[in-house]
Amino acid sequence: MTLSKVDSQLSASPMAPETTFGRIVRFVTGNVGLMTLMILLSLLMLAPALWTIGLSLKSNEELMMGTDAVFSFPYTLKNYLDIFENSHVFGWLVNSLIVSGGMTFGVLAMSSLAGYAFARLEFPFRRTLFVIILMGLAVPEQAVIIARHQIFSELGLHNTHLGLMLPGMSMPFGVFLMTQFFKAVPKEIDEAAMLDHASRLQIFWKVLLPLTLPAQATLGILTFLQSWNDYFWPLISATDQDMFTLTVGIASSQQNFAQSEGLGFLASQAIFSALPIIIVYVIFQKHIVTAVAGGAVKQ
Amino acid sequence: MSTAQIKRTDWSGFLFILPYLVIFITMIVIPLFWGINLSFQKADLFGPGEFVGFENYARLFNNKIFLQTVGNTFYFVLLTVPVLVVIGLGLALALNKEAPLQNVLRGIFFSSTILSVTVVTLIWRIIFIPNDGLMANIFTQFGWEPIAFLSDPDWSLISVAIATIWWCLGLPMMLFVAALQQIPKDLYEAASIDGANKMQSFLFITLPSLYKTIVLVTIIQIVMQFQLFGQALLMTQGGPNNTSRSIVMFIYDAGFRRWDIGSAAAASQILFLLILIAAMAQFIVTRKKGEQI
Repeated sequence: MTLSKVDSQLSASPMAPETTFGRIVRFVTGNVGLMTLMILLSLLMLAPALWTIGLSLKSNEELMMGTDAVFSFPYTLKNYLDIFENSHVFGWLVNSLIVSGGMTFGVLAMSSLAGYAFARLEFPFRRTLFVIILMGLAVPEQAVIIARHQIFSELGLHNTHLGLMLPGMSMPFGVFLMTQFFKAVPKEIDEAAMLDHASRLQIFWKVLLPLTLPAQATLGILTFLQSWNDYFWPLISATDQDMFTLTVGIASSQQNFAQSEGLGFLASQAIFSALPIIIVYVIFQKHIVTAVAGGAVKQ
Repeated sequence: MSTAQIKRTDWSGFLFILPYLVIFITMIVIPLFWGINLSFQKADLFGPGEFVGFENYARLFNNKIFLQTVGNTFYFVLLTVPVLVVIGLGLALALNKEAPLQNVLRGIFFSSTILSVTVVTLIWRIIFIPNDGLMANIFTQFGWEPIAFLSDPDWSLISVAIATIWWCLGLPMMLFVAALQQIPKDLYEAASIDGANKMQSFLFITLPSLYKTIVLVTIIQIVMQFQLFGQALLMTQGGPNNTSRSIVMFIYDAGFRRWDIGSAAAASQILFLLILIAAMAQFIVTRKKGEQI
C-alpha cells in the first residue's frame, strides 16, 4: 500500500497506476530509453559489416580453426595486400570509374540540354515528346534487356566502356528532374540576358546552368551510385574478364566460395570493394540521402 | 520583320533534346517494341525465326519452373515489403528529430543502401556459412540447432529476404522522415491543448498525414523487390531446387544461358505488365499529391 503510494508520487503520469509493463513502455517511449534502444539497434545494423571487417583482418589459416578467433589478436593486413596482388582488381576499379564517370557526365549533359528545351523553348511536338519520355519511367530494365543485348551484339558494343555506359544514359528521370528545375528559375533572368543580346546557347550555358548546380549534384550522385552498383547489365554485356566492373568482378571471383577456406580473403574483398563508396558516403552523406530519396519517388 | 520570318517553325529547340532523344529511342523505345516482337517469335541465339503467336506465353504457363519463380517472387515481396515499411516507419518515428545523435543513427541505418549487391551478398553469405558463420555462432551460443540457411529449401528465400531487408531499409526510413517533417507542428500543439495524449495524436494526426507516403513507399518497394535478381543469384543461385529462383533470374537463365530468347522475351513482358500495374498505382498516388508534371 505504502509502496504503491510512493510509486505513484514518483511517477510522472499519476493518472493511471503504474504497472511494470507500463513503466517499460514509458521508458521505451521516453527519449533516453528510446535512444538507448536505437543505439542498440544501430549496433545490430552494423554487426554484419563489423563481423566482416573483423574476418578480413584475420589470417585464413587461423579462421579455419574457428571464426571466434575474430575476437583475439593478432590482426593482419595480409588479406588486403593479397587483393593488390590480384592484378584484375585494379583494372576493374578503373573500369568502374570510367563507366560511372562517363555515364554521369553523359546524363548531366543530355538531361540539362533537354530539360532547358522542355522548360523554356517552343518547338513542334514538345508536349508529346515530354509525355512519351515520361512514360519511359515505367519501363523496367528487364523488359528491354533481351532486345538491347541483341542490338548491342549487332553494333559490336559488348565488352566496351561505351557499351556499359549507354543503357544507363537513357534514364528519363534526369530529363524530368532538370525540366522541373529549369521551370523553377524565374523567366525574368532569361529576359534580362536577352536584352543584353545574349544568344540562346549563351543564356543556357552562362546564365541558367550555374543556377541548376544543386539539381546537377543530386542527379550526378544518383547516376554515379546507380552505375557503380549496377549488376545486371555489366553481367551480361561485359563477358571479357578485363572489361568487368568492380561489382561484376568481385562477384565473379567469389564463385569458388568454399566454406571457411579463404574466408578472411573473401571478407577483405567485400570491404575493399565497398570502401570507395563508403568514403564518398561519409563526405556527401546529406546530398546522397536527398538524391536517393528524391530519385525513388519519381522512378 | 516579315510575316514569313514570324511564321517559320522554330526547330532550334529540337536540337537541344536531340542527343537525349537519340539515346532514348535506341535504348528504350526500339528495344521495348523489338522485345514485344521477339516474344511472339520462335527465336534463339541466331535471331528471330517465325511468328508463333502466343506460343511462347503458352509454353511459360505450362512451365512448372516459371510458375514456381512467379510464386517465389510474390512470396519474396510478401516477406520483404511489409517488414521494410514497418521498420522504416518505426525508425523514422524514433529518429525524426534534427539532432546530432539522431542524424548519426539515421546515417548508420541508411548506410547499407549505398552498397552494391555484390558486397551485400558477400557479407551475408559469410554470416550464413553453416558451421562458422555469425548466425551459426549465435545459434551455438544459445544451444539451438544451427540452420543451413542458404541450402535449406524452407530457408533459402527467407535468408535472401533477410539480407535484402538489411540492404533496403534505409530508403523507406528516409522517405518517412521527409514526410514526418512536413506535418505542421501546430496540429500537435492544438491536439495537446485539447488534452490528447501521445497515442491519440499518433493515431489521429501522424498516421492520417502519413497515409499517402505509406502507400507510396509500399508501391516503390513492391516494384523494387519484384525485380529480385542479384541477391538470389549470388547467395543461392536460385537453389535449392529453384526455391529461391525469381522471375528475373528465369529471364536471365532463359535469355543468356539457355538462349531460349522467345521464352525470355515473353517472361520479361509478363514481368513488365506486373510492374506496370504497380507503376500506374504510384502515378495515381503521386499525382493526387497535387504535383503537376
